[in-house]
Amino acid sequence: MTGVRRRSVARPLLYGALVLCALLTLLPFVWVISGSLRGLDEIRSDPGAWLPHHLTFGNFERLFATEGFGRFLANSVVVAVMVVAGNIVAASAAGYALAKLDFAGRRIAFAAVMGAMMVPLTTVFVTQFVITVDLGLADTLTGIALPSLALPLSVFIMRQYAMSIPDELLEAARIDGAGEFRIFFGIFLPLAGPAVATITIMSFLNSWNNFLWPLIVAQSMSGYTLPVGLAATSQAAAHVTDYGLLLAGAIVVMLPVLVLFLFLQRYFVQGVAGTGMR
Amino acid sequence: MTVTVLPGAPRRARRPRGAARRTAVAWLFLAPFTVVFLVYTAIPTVAALAFSLTDLRGADLRHPFAVDFTGLENYLRLFQDQSFLRDILNTAVFVAVGVPLTMGTGLALALALNSGIRRMRGVFRTVFFAPVVTNIVAVALIWQYAFNASGTVNKVLGAVGFAGPNWLDDPNLTMPVVILLGVWRNFGTAMVLFLAGLQAIPQDVYEAASLDGAGRWQQLRRITLPLLRPTTLMVSVLLTVFYLQVFDEPYLLTNGGPLGSTESVALYTYHQFGVGEFGMSSAASFVTLLLVMLVSAVQFRLLRPRA
Repeated sequence: MTGVRRRSVARPLLYGALVLCALLTLLPFVWVISGSLRGLDEIRSDPGAWLPHHLTFGNFERLFATEGFGRFLANSVVVAVMVVAGNIVAASAAGYALAKLDFAGRRIAFAAVMGAMMVPLTTVFVTQFVITVDLGLADTLTGIALPSLALPLSVFIMRQYAMSIPDELLEAARIDGAGEFRIFFGIFLPLAGPAVATITIMSFLNSWNNFLWPLIVAQSMSGYTLPVGLAATSQAAAHVTDYGLLLAGAIVVMLPVLVLFLFLQRYFVQGVAGTGMR
Repeated sequence: MTVTVLPGAPRRARRPRGAARRTAVAWLFLAPFTVVFLVYTAIPTVAALAFSLTDLRGADLRHPFAVDFTGLENYLRLFQDQSFLRDILNTAVFVAVGVPLTMGTGLALALALNSGIRRMRGVFRTVFFAPVVTNIVAVALIWQYAFNASGTVNKVLGAVGFAGPNWLDDPNLTMPVVILLGVWRNFGTAMVLFLAGLQAIPQDVYEAASLDGAGRWQQLRRITLPLLRPTTLMVSVLLTVFYLQVFDEPYLLTNGGPLGSTESVALYTYHQFGVGEFGMSSAASFVTLLLVMLVSAVQFRLLRPRA
């Protein structure tokens, strides 16, 4: 990299360009924070102002007091807990089997994982909806969570990680007479921590930000997750220009994931960079 | 579960029984995934194909025998439907403009972050990746707030003497705004994939090149870009597959309007579902699946020589 150091004139230019790009990327975050702190009258009288004249937290109070966001938040949390738990169990077991067990049908099972990543939601949502209705799960949180309980992405992450664990570790236990379940729980899982962390993060992200599927399954306000509730609030006639309220809602929806992201960035980036999916 | 292995016992003799047991145990491990896969991916895909060949409507769900097999009629109707053809065009525009813009931005930022800078590198990467994890419903609202006729964007334009247009109501301007949202949301994904690709290029290639007197620009054109080709292909296919299914951005920003100027194929599928035309909806969704499979097949062909 000696060639780089010689060109010291280029360095400030590069930083200038990067700072400019970063500011442009951050603009929507500036807008949402400033807008959520502006009162309704202020937004009506001066809709395009960049900063609030008077700070108010009234929008956040209204969200939870009258717009049902407490319920949406609780629903989102319940769905996310189901999805994360399901993925940890299903993906750890499936990823381990695909990477470490030699059995009839392994290639078919792996092809199913890869194929499932390819099928667009738009292709299957109509029939998924019919199945959900047939199972009596329309408009339930379980109905929202079920299709995401064993994401192929999670299985893929665990399978890739399991491939990197040396066979000798497991083989030694097998020769000592340990059963497959003891090997899985006693030896494999304790080593699979990083993959479990990535799966937790990725399935939480998937569940929290999922929009089209909950939009289809949830049919009454009491079953809305946060994104569906926010979209419904914004489409209600009473709120068309009530941007302060809507932007406060936007903050409630995006904040949990952004906070997690700031602390656990590594896992987010690994999860996306490893597969390019989310 | 304890299996005692006698020293010197002939392992081969036990294998048939052991293999069957191993297979049973393995499928037990795979059971949770397999059940969800069958119920929510395999069966729905086959059923969607079947639906697309019938005149199934929402009202028929309780009376399945009222449904008629209509062969390819839905597909014929689709390709005679002007709005579906327009939506294919809209989706093609979204892909043709959005993919290069997203890749270009991601690649430029990855090159900048990989150019040997140290200070603030982590901060920049965090900032550029943040849109990827940000909830799209929330972001779409922010864009409506910023891009409405009297919003913050037009306030800036007004301050420098331009009369800002009505971004989300003008059929000529909505698509650019929708594409911009797609690019903002996805360039971070392209960036981290390019960064991973760049870091896999061995440094001594560059050292040799600069000893031979190759400048930065020449190194980029003759070394970096050619060696990055597999990553470039992978990112382009990934984004193409992703953008072919574009739903969230146009649904949330404009619901496909005005005058259908931003309705995508996925949004058409959703709207047909909404009016109870399940057969038509499934046929439209299969067009998306075929396009995705086509692009994926091209991907495997292009990537095979490397692997």
